[in-house]
Amino acid sequence: MEILDKHGVMERHSLLLTVGILIVVSIGGIIQLAPLFYMENTIEKVDGMRPYTPLELTGRDIYVREGCYVCHSQMVRPLRDEVERYGHYSLAAESMYDHPFQWGSKRTGPDLARVGGKYSAEWQVDHLKDPRALVPESVMPPYAFLAKRKLRFANIENRLKTERIVGVPYTDEMIAGAREHLIAQVDPEADFDAQDDLIALYETAAGRQGTVEIRDYDGDPDTITEMDALVAYLHMTGTLVDFSTYEAEDLSNRR
Amino acid sequence: MSDPSEDIDAHSGVETTGHSWDGIKELNNPLPRWWLISWYISIVWAIGYMIVMPAIPALPGMGTNTLGVWGQSDRTNVATAVTELKTERQASSITLLDASLEEIESDRELQQFALAMGESLFGDNCATCHGAGGRGAKGYPILADDIWLWDGTLDGIETTLRYGIRHDSNDQTRFSMMPRFGRDGILTSSQVDDLAEYVLNFSDRSHDHAAVTRAAPIWQAQCASCHGEIGTGDRSVGAPNLTDAEWLYGSEPRDIRETIYNARNSHMPAWEGRLDDASIKALAVYVHTLGGGE
Repeated sequence: MEILDKHGVMERHSLLLTVGILIVVSIGGIIQLAPLFYMENTIEKVDGMRPYTPLELTGRDIYVREGCYVCHSQMVRPLRDEVERYGHYSLAAESMYDHPFQWGSKRTGPDLARVGGKYSAEWQVDHLKDPRALVPESVMPPYAFLAKRKLRFANIENRLKTERIVGVPYTDEMIAGAREHLIAQVDPEADFDAQDDLIALYETAAGRQGTVEIRDYDGDPDTITEMDALVAYLHMTGTLVDFSTYEAEDLSNRR
Repeated sequence: MSDPSEDIDAHSGVETTGHSWDGIKELNNPLPRWWLISWYISIVWAIGYMIVMPAIPALPGMGTNTLGVWGQSDRTNVATAVTELKTERQASSITLLDASLEEIESDRELQQFALAMGESLFGDNCATCHGAGGRGAKGYPILADDIWLWDGTLDGIETTLRYGIRHDSNDQTRFSMMPRFGRDGILTSSQVDDLAEYVLNFSDRSHDHAAVTRAAPIWQAQCASCHGEIGTGDRSVGAPNLTDAEWLYGSEPRDIRETIYNARNSHMPAWEGRLDDASIKALAVYVHTLGGGE
């Protein structure tokens, strides 16, 4: 065949060969990527997801800073044993406001996708301070210093703005009030207007009530510590989506 | 180019590709037969897989990926697996649901089942706070002894499990709130010190009898309504007995002072909704038999 005899041309011109290789290799990439540009939806439609409150967001930053993800995943896989132990398998929608996401496959510690509400805040604080006092066989390092470090949140408005740039629907009111909201969430006796504002804004975003918790988390009401923020975040993880209205059988929710 | 078949390597007797690089030629050995067959099979396999399994991402306008003729889906599979598991357990779960807690505990077979189920549930959900076997920790009550803050009966334990203690989002939760006497300025710092001596005196450990005398009216006014005139506590509000040797938050004078100053209002999550009814019943029976059930 005449055309098959032409391969010598490609083999003798390295630039031509490079272009040819690029074309062949990109086919796989195009098949994976192209559908994402025209598909209506790759994330399940759920009720209850809302952007993280400023306190939860800073807590999440501490979670990432301390490398919690090195030992803890946040992804309950759709396997019987995991669903039995941790609860409903994780949905893509549940990490749609995560930048970066905290999925993973390596678990030195248990999965934390649904740890919110499983333990009391006091337990989270005691356990973070000294894990082996409560779970003798634990290999987790202690994080007692978090309770002594004041939370730094001077840049919280910009932090929220950055999240908005990458697609988290923070409203102008949420950004303008971020500082007050953060302080209000951790002090039940403080500024009631800011508390009402915080609850109204974030519960509207969630579309349901009872998703914003206001309390002192670390047992020290006088200072806002990094422990407050981290425990606030942990207490919320995996509790936002309302599974009573989630339609697992819907064709667009199948995976 | 020349026809390769005409070009036989003299040394090996194998034909060459006909290409020549500075006089060096390449033998044209055929691919091993086994390899070629495996390769063809894998192509057929791939085509079959694309037909029966979800494989092709959504084409424009389709809205979803191809579902495959077998209709396989990880999420459907796990739903089926969980349903099968429930059916498998149903026989025993139903008997647990139908029987009263007392019946479960007195029926040998039912009790064995409840205990086995309770043990694994306890290890996963409760032992993180209450310790393996309910041995407790500072701030987390021992469940293996006969001292109960709220209720140590079967029904009482079930209520605690179901609704939790001071669990805000459950309106049937067990609730009481000790005031923060020092922090909120109800008492002065020296009054708190005196009260600590008063509490120590219940277990004959006070060394400052003047303080005990000074604190007596404060005790009657502030503490007696929950902890009782003589410090024996009141289970209906979860107020502990202060006259015994068991201290949830430590028995040292400074622990007691800290409790009066800042108060202790611990919290246990409600398990209703997180665990099903049969699980909660099994756990109640398990906790009841740990050592001190009433």
